[in-house]
Amino acid sequence: MSKTAIEVAPKGGFSFDLCKRNEMILNKSGVKPPTYRKTGTTIVGLIFEDGVILGADTRATEGPIVADKNCEKIHYMAPNIYCCGAGTAADTEAVTDMVSSQLQLHRYATGRESRVVTALTLLKSHLFRYQGHVSAALVLGGVDITGPHLHTIYPHGSTDTLPYATMGSGSLAAMAMFESKYKEGLTRDEGIKLVCDAICAGIFNDLGSGSNVDVCVITKGKKEYLRNHMLPNPRTYVSAKGFAFTKGQTEVLSTKITPLMQKLEVAEDAMEE
Amino acid sequence: MDNFNMNAPHSMGTTIIGVTYDGGVVLGADSRTSTGMYVANRASDKITQLTDNVYVCRSGSAAHSQIVSDYVRHFLHQHTIQSGQPATVKVAANLVRLLSYGNKNMLETGLIVGGWDKYEGGKIYAVPLGGTILEQPFAIGGSGSSYLYGFFDQAWKEGMTKDEAEKLVVKAVSLAIARDGASGGVVRTVIINSEGVTRNFYPGDSLPLWYDEMEACNSLLDVLPPGGTEAMSI
Repeated sequence: MSKTAIEVAPKGGFSFDLCKRNEMILNKSGVKPPTYRKTGTTIVGLIFEDGVILGADTRATEGPIVADKNCEKIHYMAPNIYCCGAGTAADTEAVTDMVSSQLQLHRYATGRESRVVTALTLLKSHLFRYQGHVSAALVLGGVDITGPHLHTIYPHGSTDTLPYATMGSGSLAAMAMFESKYKEGLTRDEGIKLVCDAICAGIFNDLGSGSNVDVCVITKGKKEYLRNHMLPNPRTYVSAKGFAFTKGQTEVLSTKITPLMQKLEVAEDAMEE
Repeated sequence: MDNFNMNAPHSMGTTIIGVTYDGGVVLGADSRTSTGMYVANRASDKITQLTDNVYVCRSGSAAHSQIVSDYVRHFLHQHTIQSGQPATVKVAANLVRLLSYGNKNMLETGLIVGGWDKYEGGKIYAVPLGGTILEQPFAIGGSGSSYLYGFFDQAWKEGMTKDEAEKLVVKAVSLAIARDGASGGVVRTVIINSEGVTRNFYPGDSLPLWYDEMEACNSLLDVLPPGGTEAMSI
């Protein structure tokens, strides 16, 4: 054998050396990394008698802080395909936007409706290429020429095909609802009800999830994006009449007016046409 | 709760089996996919189609085994079009080996390729972690396989019938499910011979009960003796 037993760096692909270095630096020294806006999330999807229903909560968190109380986690992929995202908000947003534009170009080139497997393959190849560093956990659903489809996609690029699926930190609570109540051939209303129950289980039992319920119903040739379909956490401290105060409620202790500009004297007849 | 990490890569603590018999092969697998301690999919299909007459059982990282089988399926598709005839099991297994060995530093997957072709009949090839290729009369893989080596040494016989071989596979997977925590769910089998492919599905509650196992039931309260039982301790 002429070859020596030296480890040769793999040709092609990305280098993740810096990722490993950064991980080591963060472990050794007490340096704090910058925080990302993570969507501690409950996202779900199920197949019902004539299509797919997707659901999501609307809380976005940055560490212990609720960064957005009403964000959108059901992303557009194609007119007949939508995708729920959990993980780092920037990553889910970027990856779904990128793939949706690739699908649009593919539709221009072929003149045909996008298929769910196409979106699935594009998403999983991107996530696999980045070896889990793009932290997007997705629930992909849609109806195409071959029927309704529901898939889950994990950050490392593995995929599953399921009749009902949950993802995110609230996935355990949501899956408990599905496992006890899901059956084949649900009607549209039963499906929406079950999706709402699953998201509510996440909202109420998982700290990372909260606020409202978004739902998206996709059937053959039709979709309904039900933004804030349920509002289980209304603001209770708002007066129904709104706030009104009679004049003089607050006592005026002193008044001082500071002119911001010197008063100008304008000469009347200085200009002529 | 330390192991309860939902961000852990998706892996298939698995039991996979391939057995040759007189005239074909039987492939078998459990259906559990887990992330750390959470069962991410309890009904997954780990026996993936590569061509009409060749299938592969996947174990290890779900992402890695999927990407390898996706590439191999793509190459075999091209190969069948170019050669104008169905690919042989040997070609399929060699493509799996090529990818597994060439990327051995980056991949964490063990595969069992099985199928039937007109030149060599039913064949099983195991391609374990390092990317070597092993032609075997039977092959076992995944975390559950450690519970099965002795069983197969005892129970596997030359020249079994199709039914005997399938019975052996279902029995073996159910034994591994009983003892291996990372294997579970249902048993799936694929039988490949000159006549084509048959897929079978054995639900968890239809599997044989082994030592200390209980009949499937909705609530433990219905089967345990009144007054409670002693708590398990370690």
